[in-house]
Amino acid sequence: MPRMRSGIAAAIVFMLASATRASAADAGAVGSAPNLSAIVMFLVFASATLVITYRAANRTRSAADFYTAGAGISGAQNGLAMAGDYMSAASFLGISGLVFASGYDGLVYSVGWLVGWPIIMFLIAERLRNLGRYTFADVVSFRLEPVSIRTLSAFGTLTVVAFYLIAQMVGAGKLIELLFGMPYLYALMIVGALMILYVALGGMLATTWVQIIKSCLLLGGATVLAFLVLVKFGFSPAALFKAAVAVHPKGAAIMAPGALLADPISAVSLGLALMFGTAGLPHVLMRFYTVADAKAARKSVLYATGFIGYFYVLTFIIGFGAIAFLMNNAANYRIEPGGAYNKVTDLIGGTNMAAVQLANAAGGSIFLGFISAVAFATILAVVAGLTLAGASAVSHDLYESVIAKGRVSEDKGVRVSKIAAVAIGVLAVYLGYIFENENVAFMVGLAFAIAASCNFPALVMSVFWSGTTTRGVFIGGLLGLVSSIAGVVLGPAVWVKTFGFTTAPFPYDNPALFSMAIAFGGIWLFSKTDKSKRAGLDKAGFPAQFVRSETGIGAAGAVAY
Amino acid sequence: MRANATMIEAIKRDPHFHTLVRRRTRFALALSATTLIIYFGYIAVVAFAPQWLGMPIGDGMTLGIPLGLLVIVAAFALTALYVHRANTEYDALTRQILEDIK
Repeated sequence: MPRMRSGIAAAIVFMLASATRASAADAGAVGSAPNLSAIVMFLVFASATLVITYRAANRTRSAADFYTAGAGISGAQNGLAMAGDYMSAASFLGISGLVFASGYDGLVYSVGWLVGWPIIMFLIAERLRNLGRYTFADVVSFRLEPVSIRTLSAFGTLTVVAFYLIAQMVGAGKLIELLFGMPYLYALMIVGALMILYVALGGMLATTWVQIIKSCLLLGGATVLAFLVLVKFGFSPAALFKAAVAVHPKGAAIMAPGALLADPISAVSLGLALMFGTAGLPHVLMRFYTVADAKAARKSVLYATGFIGYFYVLTFIIGFGAIAFLMNNAANYRIEPGGAYNKVTDLIGGTNMAAVQLANAAGGSIFLGFISAVAFATILAVVAGLTLAGASAVSHDLYESVIAKGRVSEDKGVRVSKIAAVAIGVLAVYLGYIFENENVAFMVGLAFAIAASCNFPALVMSVFWSGTTTRGVFIGGLLGLVSSIAGVVLGPAVWVKTFGFTTAPFPYDNPALFSMAIAFGGIWLFSKTDKSKRAGLDKAGFPAQFVRSETGIGAAGAVAY
Repeated sequence: MRANATMIEAIKRDPHFHTLVRRRTRFALALSATTLIIYFGYIAVVAFAPQWLGMPIGDGMTLGIPLGLLVIVAAFALTALYVHRANTEYDALTRQILEDIK
């Protein structure tokens, strides 16, 4: 087994090196040639994480080890890892790019991504830790009938993971193509191969450490980048803003909210999706089981909230820094015929490359290499976390409970989980490939809308309301899932921008306001009217669940190494 | 420790359990409501009165910058407040319940 692992690692390194050489001639964009320091730093990261995976694989023996790292992760480490799951390359490059393009609007988005975390703390964290073991479906099915509830939860998990994963894979492929001068498909295959290795061999322990390393790199890199910007302006944010207003085509308008969130219903709906979607993301929820108890779960959320909030402050400074550093230098732009260039849209690599371009302008090519490697590491860590959550839903929820009806050992479940991780990885590469030229920007929003409209209502209603029944959660959750997907498909992002129709039947960008109401209303209505025998059992199970969710008495503890 | 039916009955009758549930539920709901009000209040200003956020304060700043940062800081501060309360008060009550059912 170890020989096979190192063989695969060597193959990846070789593929990376040869792919980069092969396309060195036609590589364009950011560095004009693949950045050597980026490749070296990425190889260091990849080898370090593979060593960690190898060591984690030797320590991962039981099902609890595989799914939750034996609940032996500390609160602070888990907080870093949660922040790592959440701070994707999309949020680093996307939000700094948004600030670069429209200024203040970027801050409005960042705030929305953050405010779900206090809600997780107040309502979810401790109860989740007290009631579940491996997946959030453990909690929902604590007193409800497991087969239908786990089927629903697994679908909720897998659709969220699928859309999130497609968005990350396409972004990863494009980014690596640009930064490392490597063909798109090769880039996807390297991401896919590494994430399969992390998850299938090292389970939660390896995935957590990949996540922790990535968080430190990302927070460190973003801190240095923001520092380089502020040094130039004598650590006066006001001086930075003045310089940005002076060069930005929108002028003083970048210092106030713009047209991006003009429609109140869309703004509220997006806010709900971000806020409650965070509290329904399966890969984030799964992290609560990696710590020993409710106290450590609380500490995790506090650390995660702090790191993520700090990170968004940095991306805001980085976005404004990119405006001030890049917009007056034509070398950063694709020049249109006639010598003119659009200071926003013609940025080489697109506005999402603002942070990367800034790294070059403010810190030189070695720092550019570092930030590129950080972006690559970020993507890898996020897709690994998603793959682990998806694989756990397939094995622990679908295989063990629904298909085998609880008649198999957990070790068999772990084997299924490893197979599922490989399958999800291969599928992710394939989907990333066929969606290469599609607009995937809406998919992260869709993932949050589904999480807010299916996973979150099922979780909250089963934990807090004694009257919740299996039928209520199953029908209500399904309605939330279907209506959130329908709202996005019939909305402007897909119906108009992707399908090319002129007007969308559903006029708002995000359906969460409506789909969440449908889900909560559905669970309430179909529980209230449920007179079945099962409903009696569901309600009778509430007191025991309530005692355990509030006190943790009887909850699964940590495994000592 | 396995929780059995008699233990659950004992905990349900324990006054400490009721104190814990009442205090924590009330505090968690108050903090959740505060978070919602702060965030959706901010979103309401963004949607209905964006010019307020664009109001210049001092040289180069606008009101929206410190306000936006304040929402971020508030999210962290409220979270920290809950953790503090839980670590001191709620954990002590939970320990008390464990004592009671011994």
